[in-house]
Amino acid sequence: MRRWLGGDVAFKIGTGVFAALIVVIVAGIGVELWRQSMLSIQKFGLGFWVGDVWDPVSGEFGARAFIWGTLYSSVLALLLAAPISLGIAIFLSELCPARLRMPLTFLTELLAAIPSIVYGLWGVFVLVPVVRSLEQSMPAALRGLPLFSGPAVGVGMLAAVLILAIMVIPFASSVAREVLKAVPGSQREAAYALGATRWEAIRAALFYARTGIIGSLILGFGRALGETMAVTMVIGNNPQISPSLFAPGYTMSAVLANEFTEAADNLYLAALIEIGLVLFAITLMVNTASRLLIWSMNRPVRAPRAARIPAAPAPVGGAA
Amino acid sequence: MNHDAIRRWKSTIVVWLCGLSVLVALVPLAFILFFVVSQGVQALNWDFFTKLPAPVGEPGGGFANAIVGTLMLVGIGAAFAVPIGVISGVYIAEFPATKLATMARFAADTLNGVPSIVVGVFVYGIAVMPFQQFSAIAGGIALGIMMIPIVTRTTEELLKLVPPALREGALALGATRGWATMTVVLPAAAPGIITGVVLALARIAGETAPLLFTAFNNRFMSVSPTQPIASLTVQVYTYAISPYEDWHRQAWAGALVLVSLVLSCSLLARFATRRLERLQTGH
Repeated sequence: MRRWLGGDVAFKIGTGVFAALIVVIVAGIGVELWRQSMLSIQKFGLGFWVGDVWDPVSGEFGARAFIWGTLYSSVLALLLAAPISLGIAIFLSELCPARLRMPLTFLTELLAAIPSIVYGLWGVFVLVPVVRSLEQSMPAALRGLPLFSGPAVGVGMLAAVLILAIMVIPFASSVAREVLKAVPGSQREAAYALGATRWEAIRAALFYARTGIIGSLILGFGRALGETMAVTMVIGNNPQISPSLFAPGYTMSAVLANEFTEAADNLYLAALIEIGLVLFAITLMVNTASRLLIWSMNRPVRAPRAARIPAAPAPVGGAA
Repeated sequence: MNHDAIRRWKSTIVVWLCGLSVLVALVPLAFILFFVVSQGVQALNWDFFTKLPAPVGEPGGGFANAIVGTLMLVGIGAAFAVPIGVISGVYIAEFPATKLATMARFAADTLNGVPSIVVGVFVYGIAVMPFQQFSAIAGGIALGIMMIPIVTRTTEELLKLVPPALREGALALGATRGWATMTVVLPAAAPGIITGVVLALARIAGETAPLLFTAFNNRFMSVSPTQPIASLTVQVYTYAISPYEDWHRQAWAGALVLVSLVLSCSLLARFATRRLERLQTGH
């Protein structure tokens, strides 16, 4: 009897408890952050979002400058990373000679494996000096534009955007590659049969995969929003709202990294935790949106490992 | 030039641009690896692994406490993340149509996308604030939370790849479902799951943000789970933003150790998966 009914039911419940635990953790993060930031939510209300004074001494907290910094740096990084990620995905899934595919895929994915702190270290000592000399050598006519105004100090938005773009590329390109792989070969064959050139056939595949590709880019955007260490080390940590690429900025994750352990009073701590809550909410929405888009491709594209180990006879065009 | 020639030119240009974008991505990779290796090798010596940090202003010293700390933090994290990840992965793979499985899969993907610094804030609230004390346990919990979704999804994917005949054989011999899964299906997928766990370990060993206000830092050797503890990543961060030349050198050495760790784990995993592929496809 035990091996029959008891065994099976116990197995389902026993493993189910652990699965439920993951759901509890995610819900717990939201509830806990909400609870801990109550003090700040009650005191500032919506003013927290629009205020741009961040003064712990006088107990005044407005997060607009941080929200601006996070969104501005992530959007610019995505603009830079999107065409490159797409190019990589197209090259690796459609154009690359079979012999080069594995090593090149491995190398681009290696970018994702390098710890954030190493990016930061490299950013501070290698990238920032390069950015500084780049900024200094910019012709005066261009320096007049609001995009390039301000002193050339090296640390600032431009350095952060560059480093974020490098970090986003492996994520966006690997998901976009899986999405492209899921496009039926008949799409390309049909295009070729109609006399299409290589690019025109690729464009047909891109069009077929458009929702999934947008999803992959949004996924990269979500990564950029939450990235902490590398950005903290190169963005300059100055809460100001400036469209200039040369101006130092500040992001939500960076202010958490820098000020959390220094928060002396409860209101200061609650304000910081509220920033964490907002960051959690934004990334939750962005990730859900990207996942829905990728899922709507109707293929298990989030399973790169599974795609590489064909269990049945390999489909045509698989990585055999 | 006629229309077709323009189309062919366009195609050629796009093909080259795509190849170029791969190069554009590999240039920073090469630069980062070059600087980490060339700067790191100069500072890496025996002291790095055996000595404690020297007092501020004095040259020398090492990262011994940070290496021990990282091992301990990763150990604590893995101790609870691996069982939770594997068992929840078993549930999702075994009962994929249930509501709970859908929710758990979604939660795991969500957790994977939660910024690591937010996990740090969360753990500060549940494991630091109540005790008024930064601790190795809190740091381990933060790393473990980061690790769970990776292990869960890897387990799920690999269990799905095990040939159904294996399970059917076990069931035909009279095993219960749970018994068949735990003693036949799971062991068949074990090499792949272990590979996934190794990759997850490498990833969380490189995390800094969730440790800043959970494990904090410690200039001394500590193995107490209830005390603040040093880690490679946080120490590299502290040294990198310090004004001392000698500390910058040591930060590069720390980065080299971190990168070699990640690189060797990735290569190992790559090698293991390829062998696994060969075993499964029978080549």
